[in-house]
Amino acid sequence: MTRKYYDEQLDALHAELINMGQMISGAIGKAVAALLSRDTASAREVIAYDEEVDRQERAVETMCYKLLLSQQPVAGDLRRVSSALKIITDMERIGDHAADISELTLMLDALPRMSNAHLREMAAQTTEMLLHSLEAYVEQDMDKAHAVIAQDDAVDALFVAVKRDLVEAIRVDPQAGEAAADLLMAAKYFERIGDHATNIAEWAIFAHTGHHAQA
Amino acid sequence: MSNTFTVKDMNLWYGDFHALKDVSLDIPGGQITALIGPSGCGKSTFLRSLNRMNDLVQGCRITGDIRLCGEDIYGGMDVNLLRKRVGMVFQKPNPFPMSVYDNIAYGPRTHGIRKRAQLDEIVERSLRDAAIWDEVKDRLNRSALGLSGGQQQRLCIARALAAQPEVILMDEPTSALDPISTGRIEDLALDLKNDYTIVMVTHNMQQAARISDRTVFFLLGEVIESGETEQIFSLPKDSRTEAYVTGRFG
Repeated sequence: MTRKYYDEQLDALHAELINMGQMISGAIGKAVAALLSRDTASAREVIAYDEEVDRQERAVETMCYKLLLSQQPVAGDLRRVSSALKIITDMERIGDHAADISELTLMLDALPRMSNAHLREMAAQTTEMLLHSLEAYVEQDMDKAHAVIAQDDAVDALFVAVKRDLVEAIRVDPQAGEAAADLLMAAKYFERIGDHATNIAEWAIFAHTGHHAQA
Repeated sequence: MSNTFTVKDMNLWYGDFHALKDVSLDIPGGQITALIGPSGCGKSTFLRSLNRMNDLVQGCRITGDIRLCGEDIYGGMDVNLLRKRVGMVFQKPNPFPMSVYDNIAYGPRTHGIRKRAQLDEIVERSLRDAAIWDEVKDRLNRSALGLSGGQQQRLCIARALAAQPEVILMDEPTSALDPISTGRIEDLALDLKNDYTIVMVTHNMQQAARISDRTVFFLLGEVIESGETEQIFSLPKDSRTEAYVTGRFG
Protein backbone atom coordinates (compact mmCIF):
# COMPACT_ATOMS: atom_id res chain seq x y z
CA MET A 1 0.00 0.00 0.00
CA THR A 2 1.69 3.18 -1.15
CA ARG A 3 -1.30 5.49 -1.47
CA LYS A 4 -1.91 6.55 2.12
CA TYR A 5 -3.91 9.72 1.44
CA TYR A 6 -5.91 8.09 -1.35
CA ASP A 7 -6.89 5.22 0.94
CA GLU A 8 -7.75 7.68 3.68
CA GLN A 9 -10.06 9.49 1.26
CA LEU A 10 -11.76 6.20 0.35
CA ASP A 11 -12.13 5.35 4.07
CA ALA A 12 -13.67 8.77 4.72
CA LEU A 13 -16.13 8.20 1.87
CA HIS A 14 -17.17 4.88 3.41
CA ALA A 15 -17.61 6.51 6.83
CA GLU A 16 -19.87 9.21 5.38
CA LEU A 17 -21.96 6.62 3.53
CA ILE A 18 -22.50 4.71 6.78
CA ASN A 19 -23.31 8.00 8.50
CA MET A 20 -25.93 8.77 5.83
CA GLY A 21 -27.37 5.26 6.25
CA GLN A 22 -27.72 5.77 10.00
CA MET A 23 -29.38 9.15 9.47
CA ILE A 24 -31.91 7.54 7.15
CA SER A 25 -32.55 4.46 9.29
CA GLY A 26 -33.24 6.80 12.21
CA ALA A 27 -35.70 8.72 10.03
CA ILE A 28 -37.47 5.52 8.99
CA GLY A 29 -37.81 4.38 12.63
CA LYS A 30 -39.15 7.75 13.69
CA ALA A 31 -41.52 7.90 10.70
CA VAL A 32 -43.14 4.53 11.45
CA ALA A 33 -43.43 5.32 15.16
CA ALA A 34 -45.08 8.65 14.34
CA LEU A 35 -47.40 6.97 11.85
CA LEU A 36 -48.65 4.33 14.27
CA SER A 37 -48.96 6.66 17.25
CA ARG A 38 -50.34 9.56 15.18
CA ASP A 39 -47.56 11.77 16.52
CA THR A 40 -47.75 14.71 14.13
CA ALA A 41 -44.93 16.61 15.87
CA SER A 42 -42.50 13.76 15.22
CA ALA A 43 -43.82 13.42 11.66
CA ARG A 44 -43.03 17.09 11.03
CA GLU A 45 -39.50 16.55 12.39
CA VAL A 46 -38.96 13.68 9.95
CA ILE A 47 -40.17 15.85 7.05
CA ALA A 48 -37.82 18.68 8.08
CA TYR A 49 -34.94 16.23 8.58
CA ASP A 50 -35.11 15.24 4.89
CA GLU A 51 -33.20 18.44 4.14
CA GLU A 52 -30.34 17.17 6.34
CA VAL A 53 -30.36 13.92 4.37
CA ASP A 54 -30.24 15.86 1.10
CA ARG A 55 -27.29 17.90 2.42
CA GLN A 56 -25.48 14.70 3.35
CA GLU A 57 -26.12 13.32 -0.14
CA ARG A 58 -24.50 16.41 -1.65
CA ALA A 59 -21.57 16.13 0.77
CA VAL A 60 -20.92 12.51 -0.22
CA GLU A 61 -21.39 13.39 -3.89
CA THR A 62 -18.76 16.13 -3.54
CA MET A 63 -16.35 13.64 -1.93
CA CYS A 64 -16.85 11.31 -4.90
CA TYR A 65 -16.21 14.08 -7.44
CA LYS A 66 -13.07 15.16 -5.57
CA LEU A 67 -11.82 11.57 -5.61
CA LEU A 68 -12.52 11.27 -9.34
CA LEU A 69 -10.79 14.58 -10.02
CA SER A 70 -7.77 14.21 -7.79
CA GLN A 71 -7.08 10.47 -7.88
CA GLN A 72 -8.50 9.44 -11.26
CA PRO A 73 -9.39 6.00 -9.89
CA VAL A 74 -9.40 2.93 -12.10
CA ALA A 75 -10.42 -0.72 -11.75
CA GLY A 76 -11.80 -1.61 -8.29
CA ASP A 77 -11.35 1.94 -6.98
CA LEU A 78 -13.34 3.38 -9.89
CA ARG A 79 -16.13 0.87 -9.26
CA ARG A 80 -16.22 1.82 -5.58
CA VAL A 81 -16.51 5.54 -6.28
CA SER A 82 -18.99 5.19 -9.14
CA SER A 83 -21.09 2.76 -7.07
CA ALA A 84 -21.06 5.22 -4.16
CA LEU A 85 -22.56 7.84 -6.50
CA LYS A 86 -25.35 5.41 -7.42
CA ILE A 87 -25.86 4.31 -3.79
CA ILE A 88 -26.44 7.84 -2.48
CA THR A 89 -29.19 8.31 -5.06
CA ASP A 90 -30.97 5.24 -3.70
CA MET A 91 -30.39 6.43 -0.14
CA GLU A 92 -31.75 9.88 -0.92
CA ARG A 93 -34.91 8.25 -2.31
CA ILE A 94 -35.25 6.20 0.88
CA GLY A 95 -35.01 9.44 2.85
CA ASP A 96 -37.76 10.90 0.64
CA HIS A 97 -39.97 7.90 1.41
CA ALA A 98 -39.49 8.40 5.19
CA ALA A 99 -40.72 11.96 4.64
CA ASP A 100 -43.58 10.71 2.41
CA ILE A 101 -44.71 8.35 5.18
CA SER A 102 -44.67 11.26 7.61
CA GLU A 103 -46.79 13.35 5.20
CA LEU A 104 -49.37 10.55 5.41
CA THR A 105 -49.23 10.71 9.21
CA LEU A 106 -50.28 14.37 9.02
CA MET A 107 -53.30 13.40 6.92
CA LEU A 108 -54.44 10.45 9.05
CA ASP A 109 -57.12 11.55 11.47
CA ALA A 110 -58.07 8.06 12.64
CA LEU A 111 -56.42 4.70 12.39
CA PRO A 112 -58.56 1.72 11.47
CA ARG A 113 -58.95 -0.93 14.12
CA MET A 114 -56.37 -3.37 12.95
CA SER A 115 -53.12 -4.98 13.91
CA ASN A 116 -50.06 -2.94 12.84
CA ALA A 117 -47.63 -5.75 13.45
CA HIS A 118 -46.97 -6.36 9.77
CA LEU A 119 -46.34 -2.69 9.06
CA ARG A 120 -43.93 -2.48 12.02
CA GLU A 121 -42.21 -5.57 10.70
CA MET A 122 -41.87 -3.97 7.24
CA ALA A 123 -40.19 -0.96 8.85
CA ALA A 124 -37.84 -3.17 10.87
CA GLN A 125 -36.92 -5.36 7.91
CA THR A 126 -36.32 -2.51 5.46
CA THR A 127 -34.21 -0.63 8.02
CA GLU A 128 -32.12 -3.76 8.49
CA MET A 129 -31.83 -4.19 4.71
CA LEU A 130 -30.59 -0.61 4.33
CA LEU A 131 -27.92 -0.94 7.02
CA HIS A 132 -26.82 -4.39 5.87
CA SER A 133 -26.58 -3.29 2.24
CA LEU A 134 -24.25 -0.44 3.25
CA GLU A 135 -22.18 -2.77 5.42
CA ALA A 136 -21.97 -5.17 2.46
CA TYR A 137 -20.56 -2.30 0.35
CA VAL A 138 -18.08 -1.04 2.92
CA GLU A 139 -16.95 -4.48 4.15
CA GLN A 140 -17.11 -6.00 0.65
CA ASP A 141 -19.20 -8.78 2.20
CA MET A 142 -20.92 -10.53 -0.69
CA ASP A 143 -22.83 -12.96 1.54
CA LYS A 144 -24.42 -10.01 3.27
CA ALA A 145 -25.28 -8.38 -0.07
CA HIS A 146 -26.96 -11.55 -1.34
CA ALA A 147 -28.84 -11.90 1.97
CA VAL A 148 -30.24 -8.36 1.52
CA ILE A 149 -31.41 -9.20 -2.00
CA ALA A 150 -33.11 -12.37 -0.68
CA GLN A 151 -34.70 -10.41 2.19
CA ASP A 152 -36.61 -8.27 -0.30
CA ASP A 153 -38.91 -11.24 -0.94
CA ALA A 154 -39.86 -11.23 2.76
CA VAL A 155 -40.66 -7.52 2.56
CA ASP A 156 -42.80 -8.09 -0.53
CA ALA A 157 -44.66 -10.83 1.36
CA LEU A 158 -45.20 -8.44 4.26
CA PHE A 159 -46.72 -5.91 1.88
CA VAL A 160 -49.24 -8.54 0.81
CA ALA A 161 -49.93 -9.29 4.49
CA VAL A 162 -50.51 -5.60 5.28
CA LYS A 163 -52.88 -5.34 2.34
CA ARG A 164 -54.80 -8.35 3.64
CA ASP A 165 -54.96 -6.77 7.14
CA LEU A 166 -56.36 -3.56 5.69
CA VAL A 167 -58.98 -5.31 3.56
CA GLU A 168 -60.12 -7.14 6.71
CA ALA A 169 -60.17 -3.84 8.67
CA ILE A 170 -62.43 -2.27 6.02
CA ARG A 171 -64.70 -5.32 6.07
CA VAL A 172 -65.11 -4.97 9.84
CA ASP A 173 -65.47 -1.18 9.76
CA PRO A 174 -66.31 0.38 6.39
CA GLN A 175 -65.57 3.82 7.92
CA ALA A 176 -61.89 2.85 8.08
CA GLY A 177 -61.56 2.95 4.30
CA GLU A 178 -59.74 6.30 3.94
CA ALA A 179 -57.24 5.59 6.72
CA ALA A 180 -56.68 2.10 5.35
CA ALA A 181 -55.90 3.56 1.92
CA ASP A 182 -53.31 5.87 3.53
CA LEU A 183 -51.76 2.98 5.42
CA LEU A 184 -51.58 0.94 2.23
CA MET A 185 -49.63 3.82 0.66
CA ALA A 186 -47.28 3.80 3.66
CA ALA A 187 -46.80 0.05 3.17
CA LYS A 188 -46.01 0.70 -0.50
CA TYR A 189 -43.37 3.24 0.52
CA PHE A 190 -41.75 0.59 2.76
CA GLU A 191 -41.88 -1.88 -0.10
CA ARG A 192 -40.07 0.72 -2.27
CA ILE A 193 -37.49 1.27 0.51
CA GLY A 194 -36.81 -2.47 0.31
CA ASP A 195 -36.29 -2.14 -3.44
CA HIS A 196 -33.80 0.72 -2.97
CA ALA A 197 -31.90 -1.27 -0.32
CA THR A 198 -31.78 -4.15 -2.82
CA ASN A 199 -30.31 -1.75 -5.40
CA ILE A 200 -27.63 -0.74 -2.89
CA ALA A 201 -26.78 -4.41 -2.29
CA GLU A 202 -26.49 -4.90 -6.06
CA TRP A 203 -24.11 -1.93 -6.29
CA ALA A 204 -22.08 -3.48 -3.45
CA ILE A 205 -21.75 -6.62 -5.57
CA PHE A 206 -20.79 -4.63 -8.66
CA ALA A 207 -18.20 -2.58 -6.74
CA HIS A 208 -16.54 -5.73 -5.47
CA THR A 209 -16.84 -8.09 -8.44
CA GLY A 210 -17.25 -5.85 -11.49
CA HIS A 211 -20.34 -7.82 -12.42
CA HIS A 212 -23.96 -6.81 -12.01
CA ALA A 213 -26.08 -9.10 -9.83
CA GLN A 214 -28.46 -11.32 -11.74
CA ALA A 215 -31.89 -9.72 -11.85
CA MET B 1 -7.58 -8.31 -37.02
CA SER B 2 -4.38 -10.13 -38.01
CA ASN B 3 -1.35 -9.97 -35.77
CA THR B 4 1.54 -7.73 -36.76
CA PHE B 5 3.84 -9.32 -34.20
CA THR B 6 3.65 -12.82 -32.83
CA VAL B 7 6.02 -13.48 -29.94
CA LYS B 8 6.48 -16.98 -28.56
CA ASP B 9 8.50 -18.16 -25.56
CA MET B 10 10.83 -15.20 -25.74
CA ASN B 11 13.61 -14.90 -23.17
CA LEU B 12 16.22 -12.17 -22.97
CA TRP B 13 19.34 -11.91 -20.85
CA TYR B 14 21.70 -8.98 -20.27
CA GLY B 15 24.73 -11.04 -19.28
CA ASP B 16 23.51 -13.08 -16.30
CA PHE B 17 20.43 -10.94 -15.75
CA HIS B 18 17.28 -12.61 -17.00
CA ALA B 19 15.35 -9.52 -18.15
CA LEU B 20 12.45 -11.11 -20.06
CA LYS B 21 11.00 -14.48 -19.09
CA ASP B 22 8.90 -16.71 -21.36
CA VAL B 23 7.08 -13.84 -23.02
CA SER B 24 4.38 -14.94 -25.44
CA LEU B 25 2.29 -12.20 -26.91
CA ASP B 26 0.33 -11.25 -30.02
CA ILE B 27 0.31 -7.62 -31.14
CA PRO B 28 -2.59 -6.98 -33.49
CA GLY B 29 -2.25 -4.73 -36.53
CA GLY B 30 -3.95 -1.36 -36.82
CA GLN B 31 -4.21 -0.93 -33.06
CA ILE B 32 -2.36 0.83 -30.28
CA THR B 33 -0.85 -1.57 -27.77
CA ALA B 34 0.33 -0.02 -24.51
CA LEU B 35 3.09 -1.66 -22.49
CA ILE B 36 2.87 -0.78 -18.81
CA GLY B 37 4.70 -1.81 -15.66
CA PRO B 38 7.04 -0.46 -13.00
CA SER B 39 10.53 0.73 -13.87
CA GLY B 40 12.83 -2.17 -14.65
CA CYS B 41 10.00 -4.58 -15.47
CA GLY B 42 11.26 -5.21 -19.01
CA LYS B 43 8.71 -3.30 -21.05
CA SER B 44 11.24 -1.05 -22.83
CA THR B 45 13.55 -4.03 -23.33
CA PHE B 46 10.65 -5.85 -24.95
CA LEU B 47 9.83 -2.83 -27.14
CA ARG B 48 13.44 -2.54 -28.29
CA SER B 49 13.49 -6.25 -29.15
CA LEU B 50 10.78 -5.67 -31.73
CA ASN B 51 13.19 -3.86 -34.06
CA ARG B 52 16.35 -5.47 -32.71
CA MET B 53 17.66 -2.36 -30.97
CA ASN B 54 18.99 -4.70 -28.29
CA ASP B 55 21.44 -6.10 -30.83
CA LEU B 56 23.52 -3.05 -29.98
CA VAL B 57 23.70 -3.95 -26.29
CA GLN B 58 26.76 -5.95 -25.38
CA GLY B 59 25.99 -9.22 -23.60
CA CYS B 60 22.37 -9.28 -24.71
CA ARG B 61 21.10 -12.74 -25.63
CA ILE B 62 17.65 -13.57 -26.92
CA THR B 63 15.89 -16.91 -27.37
CA GLY B 64 12.42 -17.70 -28.64
CA ASP B 65 10.49 -16.56 -31.64
CA ILE B 66 9.50 -13.03 -32.71
CA ARG B 67 7.68 -12.81 -36.01
CA LEU B 68 6.72 -9.71 -37.96
CA CYS B 69 3.80 -10.59 -40.23
CA GLY B 70 4.98 -14.21 -40.08
CA GLU B 71 8.69 -13.50 -40.74
CA ASP B 72 11.23 -14.44 -38.05
CA ILE B 73 12.98 -11.13 -37.30
CA TYR B 74 15.94 -12.87 -35.65
CA GLY B 75 16.19 -15.49 -38.40
CA GLY B 76 18.35 -13.79 -40.96
CA MET B 77 16.15 -10.75 -41.67
CA ASP B 78 18.13 -7.70 -42.80
CA VAL B 79 18.25 -5.44 -39.71
CA ASN B 80 18.15 -2.24 -41.77
CA LEU B 81 15.09 -3.48 -43.59
CA LEU B 82 13.52 -4.48 -40.25
CA ARG B 83 14.12 -0.99 -38.84
CA LYS B 84 12.64 0.54 -41.99
CA ARG B 85 9.51 -1.53 -41.40
CA VAL B 86 9.50 -0.94 -37.64
CA GLY B 87 10.23 2.69 -36.77
CA MET B 88 11.00 4.04 -33.34
CA VAL B 89 10.22 7.22 -31.43
CA PHE B 90 12.10 7.80 -28.19
CA GLN B 91 11.25 9.39 -24.87
CA LYS B 92 13.32 12.50 -25.47
CA PRO B 93 12.84 14.14 -28.87
CA ASN B 94 16.08 13.64 -30.75
CA PRO B 95 16.03 15.66 -33.98
CA PHE B 96 19.26 15.61 -35.93
CA PRO B 97 21.21 18.90 -35.82
CA MET B 98 20.13 19.82 -39.32
CA SER B 99 17.18 21.47 -41.03
CA VAL B 100 13.59 20.32 -40.62
CA TYR B 101 13.63 19.21 -44.26
CA ASP B 102 16.84 17.23 -43.93
CA ASN B 103 15.65 15.51 -40.76
CA ILE B 104 12.80 13.98 -42.74
CA ALA B 105 14.74 13.40 -45.95
CA TYR B 106 17.64 11.73 -44.13
CA GLY B 107 16.11 8.25 -44.06
CA PRO B 108 14.79 8.21 -47.63
CA ARG B 109 18.19 9.47 -48.87
CA THR B 110 19.98 6.63 -47.10
CA HIS B 111 17.59 4.29 -48.86
CA GLY B 112 18.70 5.73 -52.19
CA ILE B 113 16.06 8.31 -53.00
CA ARG B 114 17.81 11.30 -54.59
CA LYS B 115 15.22 13.05 -56.74
CA ARG B 116 14.26 16.38 -55.21
CA ALA B 117 10.62 16.18 -56.25
CA GLN B 118 10.24 12.74 -54.69
CA LEU B 119 11.95 13.89 -51.48
CA ASP B 120 9.72 17.00 -51.38
CA GLU B 121 6.68 14.80 -51.65
CA ILE B 122 7.89 12.46 -48.86
CA VAL B 123 8.80 15.39 -46.58
CA GLU B 124 5.44 17.10 -47.01
CA ARG B 125 3.41 13.88 -46.64
CA SER B 126 5.34 12.81 -43.53
CA LEU B 127 5.02 16.21 -41.87
CA ARG B 128 1.31 16.34 -42.72
CA ASP B 129 0.74 12.85 -41.36
CA ALA B 130 2.54 13.84 -38.17
CA ALA B 131 0.26 16.89 -37.84
CA ILE B 132 3.10 19.40 -37.89
CA TRP B 133 3.18 20.57 -41.54
CA ASP B 134 1.27 23.80 -40.92
CA GLU B 135 3.69 24.76 -38.14
CA VAL B 136 6.92 24.16 -40.08
CA LYS B 137 6.08 24.58 -43.77
CA ASP B 138 7.56 28.08 -43.79
CA ARG B 139 10.74 27.10 -41.97
CA LEU B 140 11.70 23.83 -43.62
CA ASN B 141 15.28 24.98 -44.12
CA ARG B 142 15.81 26.19 -40.59
CA SER B 143 17.31 24.06 -37.84
CA ALA B 144 14.99 21.52 -36.24
CA LEU B 145 16.63 22.31 -32.90
CA GLY B 146 14.72 25.60 -32.84
CA LEU B 147 11.37 23.82 -32.56
CA SER B 148 9.56 23.37 -29.25
CA GLY B 149 9.77 20.01 -27.45
CA GLY B 150 6.32 18.95 -28.65
CA GLN B 151 7.12 20.02 -32.22
CA GLN B 152 10.43 18.17 -32.09
CA GLN B 153 8.65 14.98 -30.99
CA ARG B 154 6.15 15.26 -33.85
CA LEU B 155 9.09 15.90 -36.17
CA CYS B 156 10.64 12.65 -34.92
CA ILE B 157 7.35 10.86 -35.60
CA ALA B 158 7.36 12.41 -39.10
CA ARG B 159 10.92 11.17 -39.53
CA ALA B 160 9.80 7.67 -38.60
CA LEU B 161 6.85 7.92 -41.02
CA ALA B 162 9.14 8.99 -43.88
CA ALA B 163 10.50 5.44 -44.05
CA GLN B 164 6.92 4.25 -44.65
CA PRO B 165 7.03 1.75 -41.80
CA GLU B 166 4.38 -0.79 -40.87
CA VAL B 167 4.92 -0.36 -37.16
CA ILE B 168 5.83 2.58 -34.95
CA LEU B 169 7.37 1.82 -31.56
CA MET B 170 7.07 4.64 -29.04
CA ASP B 171 9.09 4.61 -25.82
CA GLU B 172 7.35 7.02 -23.41
CA PRO B 173 6.87 9.51 -26.25
CA THR B 174 5.19 12.20 -24.15
CA SER B 175 6.94 11.95 -20.79
CA ALA B 176 9.05 15.03 -21.55
CA LEU B 177 6.16 17.06 -22.96
CA ASP B 178 3.63 19.52 -21.54
CA PRO B 179 -0.10 18.60 -21.46
CA ILE B 180 -0.95 20.40 -24.73
CA SER B 181 1.89 18.71 -26.63
CA THR B 182 0.98 15.41 -24.98
CA GLY B 183 -2.61 15.81 -26.19
CA ARG B 184 -1.38 16.47 -29.74
CA ILE B 185 0.82 13.36 -29.73
CA GLU B 186 -2.05 11.27 -28.36
CA ASP B 187 -4.43 12.55 -31.04
CA LEU B 188 -1.74 11.87 -33.62
CA ALA B 189 -1.30 8.29 -32.39
CA LEU B 190 -5.06 7.76 -32.68
CA ASP B 191 -5.00 9.11 -36.27
CA LEU B 192 -1.97 7.03 -37.20
CA LYS B 193 -3.32 3.72 -35.97
CA ASN B 194 -5.58 3.59 -39.03
CA ASP B 195 -2.48 3.05 -41.14
CA TYR B 196 0.14 1.78 -38.72
CA THR B 197 0.49 -0.61 -35.82
CA ILE B 198 1.61 1.30 -32.74
CA VAL B 199 3.30 -0.17 -29.69
CA MET B 200 3.82 2.33 -26.88
CA VAL B 201 5.59 2.14 -23.55
CA THR B 202 4.00 4.52 -21.08
CA HIS B 203 4.14 5.24 -17.37
CA ASN B 204 0.99 7.33 -17.66
CA MET B 205 -1.94 5.07 -16.77
CA GLN B 206 -4.50 7.61 -17.97
CA GLN B 207 -2.69 7.83 -21.30
CA ALA B 208 -2.79 4.05 -21.70
CA ALA B 209 -6.48 4.04 -20.77
CA ARG B 210 -7.25 6.97 -23.13
CA ILE B 211 -5.63 5.88 -26.34
CA SER B 212 -4.64 2.23 -26.38
CA ASP B 213 -6.77 -0.64 -27.63
CA ARG B 214 -4.82 -3.28 -25.79
CA THR B 215 -2.64 -3.14 -22.70
CA VAL B 216 0.12 -5.46 -21.59
CA PHE B 217 1.27 -5.42 -17.96
CA PHE B 218 4.89 -6.45 -17.31
CA LEU B 219 6.33 -7.23 -13.90
CA LEU B 220 9.84 -8.50 -13.15
CA GLY B 221 10.34 -9.52 -16.77
CA GLU B 222 7.09 -11.44 -17.10
CA VAL B 223 3.84 -10.62 -18.83
CA ILE B 224 1.37 -10.77 -15.96
CA GLU B 225 -1.70 -9.88 -17.97
CA SER B 226 -2.62 -8.65 -21.42
CA GLY B 227 -6.00 -7.84 -22.81
CA GLU B 228 -8.33 -5.15 -24.05
CA THR B 229 -7.48 -1.87 -22.36
CA GLU B 230 -11.01 -1.37 -21.09
CA GLN B 231 -10.85 -4.73 -19.32
CA ILE B 232 -7.39 -4.11 -17.86
CA PHE B 233 -8.47 -0.77 -16.37
CA SER B 234 -11.95 -1.79 -15.26
CA LEU B 235 -11.73 -5.42 -14.29
CA PRO B 236 -8.16 -6.75 -14.29
CA LYS B 237 -7.95 -10.49 -13.77
CA ASP B 238 -4.72 -10.52 -11.76
CA SER B 239 -4.51 -8.84 -8.36
CA ARG B 240 -1.01 -7.58 -9.22
CA THR B 241 -2.41 -5.76 -12.27
CA GLU B 242 -5.11 -4.19 -10.09
CA ALA B 243 -2.54 -3.11 -7.52
CA TYR B 244 -0.36 -1.55 -10.23
CA VAL B 245 -3.03 0.30 -12.22
CA THR B 246 -4.58 1.70 -9.03
CA GLY B 247 -1.17 3.01 -8.02
CA ARG B 248 -0.68 0.79 -4.98
CA PHE B 249 2.76 -0.32 -6.00
CA GLY B 250 5.39 0.45 -8.61
